[in-house]
Amino acid sequence: MNPLLEARGLNLRFGAVHALEDVSLDLYPGEVVGIVGESGSGKSSLLKVLAGMQPADAGSVAYTDAQGTAHDVLRISDAARRRLMRSEWGFVHQNARDALRMNVSAGGNVGERLMAAGSRHFGKIREEAAHWLTRVEIDTARMDDLPRTFSGGMQQRLQIARTLVTRPRLVFMDEPTGGLDVSVQAKLLDLIRSLVADLGLAVLLVTHDIAAARLLSHRIVVMRHGRIVEEGLTDRVLDDPQHPYTQLLVSSVLAA
Amino acid sequence: MNAPLNPVAEHLAGYNFAYLDEATKRMIRRALLKAVAIPGHQVPFGAREMPLPYGWGTGGIQVTAAVLGPRDVLKVIDQGADDTTNAVSIRRFFGRVAGVRTTDRTREATIIQTRHRIPETALREGQVLVYQVPMPEPLFKLEPRVSETTRLHALGDYGLMQVKLYEDIVQHGEVATAYNHPVMVNGRYLMSPSPIPSFDNPKMHMNPALQLFGAGREKRIYAVPPYTEVRSLDFEDHPFRPIRAPHACELCGSTESYLDEVITDDQGGRIFVCSDTDYCAERRGE
Ligand SMILES: Nc1ncnc2c1ncn2[C@@H]1O[C@H](COP(=O)(O)OP(=O)(O)OP(=O)(O)O)[C@@H](O)[C@H]1O
Ligand SMILES: [Mg+2]
Repeated sequence: MNPLLEARGLNLRFGAVHALEDVSLDLYPGEVVGIVGESGSGKSSLLKVLAGMQPADAGSVAYTDAQGTAHDVLRISDAARRRLMRSEWGFVHQNARDALRMNVSAGGNVGERLMAAGSRHFGKIREEAAHWLTRVEIDTARMDDLPRTFSGGMQQRLQIARTLVTRPRLVFMDEPTGGLDVSVQAKLLDLIRSLVADLGLAVLLVTHDIAAARLLSHRIVVMRHGRIVEEGLTDRVLDDPQHPYTQLLVSSVLAA
Repeated sequence: MNAPLNPVAEHLAGYNFAYLDEATKRMIRRALLKAVAIPGHQVPFGAREMPLPYGWGTGGIQVTAAVLGPRDVLKVIDQGADDTTNAVSIRRFFGRVAGVRTTDRTREATIIQTRHRIPETALREGQVLVYQVPMPEPLFKLEPRVSETTRLHALGDYGLMQVKLYEDIVQHGEVATAYNHPVMVNGRYLMSPSPIPSFDNPKMHMNPALQLFGAGREKRIYAVPPYTEVRSLDFEDHPFRPIRAPHACELCGSTESYLDEVITDDQGGRIFVCSDTDYCAERRGE
């Protein structure tokens, strides 16, 4: 099987800060890779570069779409990248408010990607929206309500419904449970886990929550100062960390 | 344009023909040519100050000035009427600074400058309809950043506009744009038809006349060339429906024209009459 996404030698600097230093990464179809590391280690930068949202100073990112066509993510046109974003990819932000249209109903939020992809049947758009709201456990009676009347956990679930409605193959998630109450986090993680398994999604999951990474990821990548210091199967990395920094990360979780 | 030769009155001394200097007219014509070549696409132009306040159709006036020739016959309407202050001043303005013939008759006119209506009488090849446009950007209420709307147009990314129509149906049970209902031009560009009633939208489609749009304050020109596809946005199961008051005109009896509601007394009496005064007069044999 060929990788879905292949990153090689990524470098990114902000002045004196090395946000990314010689980062290489493969992601296979249906695979969930957790990216962990302390604050400022370059996790979000990596996600943005991989999704073509942030240009890199050096390196390459290749994405192979459903038709088997390879895309040079760092060099494609704005239009082609938007097309990928719309049909093949999804992005789940930490703050749902950054992703949702707060003055558009929940149903409209979910339907937007369908309409952007050319859907022009009001009834079918609503049917799909209702289906996805149900999948993320939002009562369809709330379909015509504005997201601002939703709790934080509901807003995040709405963001996930809005992202998954066009059935992307690859979803980028940046701290999807960050900023939520612990009890709400657990429920959301369960939901994400079942959706990812049902849909066979490939996911790049950025988190500094080791427990979340353990629950969701097949593989884990540990970042520090913009470099990948360790990577491997989740159980191996978390139960038998090789790098001193990973050992520290894992033990600080145990201590917590 | 192609009007029959007729005696041309002298225009006001001290002004160039049609007020604008020739260099400015050339600049506007270049923008117009580009606009015609890319139907529905907004072309920036160096709008000039005009001796009328914005909101009085300075964009339309500049476009008219740029296409007007001494043999043209000019009609100016405001909400369908030839006799409002706005229409009268613009007509008088061109009568003085260009000395052209003016008319109330849609059939006789070679250039029709309009605010908020398309005449009921079918237009023909060779005629030019110039719209006064207050806000050329159809996405402006949804996306205030000009850099972003420019990008959305470049990419043909109009999902956002469709979301707005979706929300209208959710809230009102139907698409709630009685005016200024957005259209797709030639299957490519989303365009604001200026605030014409949605009743008039179908008239833009495959119209034999050249349709030019001028926005003075926003400094944009756009165009729909003759015989161009103009489709009003809608949903398959909520098709676009031009709205018309379900009455006959009190004066001419028309059941086809767009009607204005007129209050006749302070007891709540009201009648419906054609908004297009020339059409109504012609039907009454005037
Ligand atoms: N736009 C930017 N301008 C300047 N510096 C930046 C910018 N974005 C990121 N950085 C710097 O790059 C480094 C990596 O940042 P990044 O946001 O990728 O970290 P992170 O691992 O996602 O951290 P966190 O867990 O806090 O979200 C940090 O030192 C950050 O300050
Ligand atoms: Mg981050």
